Amino acid sequence: MKIRIYHVMIIIFFLTLFFIFYKGLKNSNIYTPNLSIKKDIPIFEAKLFDSDNFISSQKIFEENKFYIMNIWASWCAPCRVEHPFLLELNNQKNIEIIGINYKDKIENAKKFLKEFKSPYELIISDKDGLISIEWGAYGVPETFLIHNGKILKKYVGPLNINSLSEIKRLIK
Amino acid sequence: MRYLKYFIIIIILFNFTLLNAQDKNLESKITKNLRCLICQGQSIYDSDSEFAISVKLLVKKKLNEDFSEKEIYSFLRDKYGEWILYDPQFNKNTYFLWLLPILMFLIGGAIIFKTFIIKKN
Repeated sequence: MKIRIYHVMIIIFFLTLFFIFYKGLKNSNIYTPNLSIKKDIPIFEAKLFDSDNFISSQKIFEENKFYIMNIWASWCAPCRVEHPFLLELNNQKNIEIIGINYKDKIENAKKFLKEFKSPYELIISDKDGLISIEWGAYGVPETFLIHNGKILKKYVGPLNINSLSEIKRLIK
Repeated sequence: MRYLKYFIIIIILFNFTLLNAQDKNLESKITKNLRCLICQGQSIYDSDSEFAISVKLLVKKKLNEDFSEKEIYSFLRDKYGEWILYDPQFNKNTYFLWLLPILMFLIGGAIIFKTFIIKKN
């Protein structure tokens, strides 16, 4: 009897292990970021896009105001896709759009803005990608919705009609 | 006296190179333990993607600012989660991962002990 219980326990143990590993096989092995994070915005100092002056993050974001922080580059094709949505968001009264120009040539970035219009209130330059790392970003485009010094929502990849309506709903 | 001067200069130069080499070793060690998030199956050390280039630069910068290896891991874990580390830390999410091999070893050992040694006696 004792031996039987012992065998059954071993079988149950290995079956549990098998079940855990079998479930683990179905997990994605691609990085999936946490998109609804209420994290504090990072503190950093960055060069302004069109001048040699530097600005600190504390001076950019005011309390009780909604901000969109958008990481973009002229060489990034999906940024062109999301641009009309940013322009539409720019028409909203209670939100300001801040751009981070990611690893870009200033002439190309200026041409891009001239061609497609700028939705940005302020643009900061991220030549080496270190500011984007401070934001926990790993590519372009990425967009963050910010309120009261906290990141309310993160959008990886280009904005679309769904994310646009979600942002509009959240800032109401 | 002149030889002593040359000797001291050589020693200083040699030590600078050694210091640099140690920094480089640590930099490689750290970047080899970081997963490139946009390229499957590659470490930051192996990858030449824009993201990996930036992380390599960040590790170098943090080392220059006297950050320790653990502090760099903790900074990146805070930004990207546990997934960025190849060698996950021992915490409540990874207890099972770390303790399972020991548990299996103990159970396996107990089975062998019971079947072969006790039965033999």
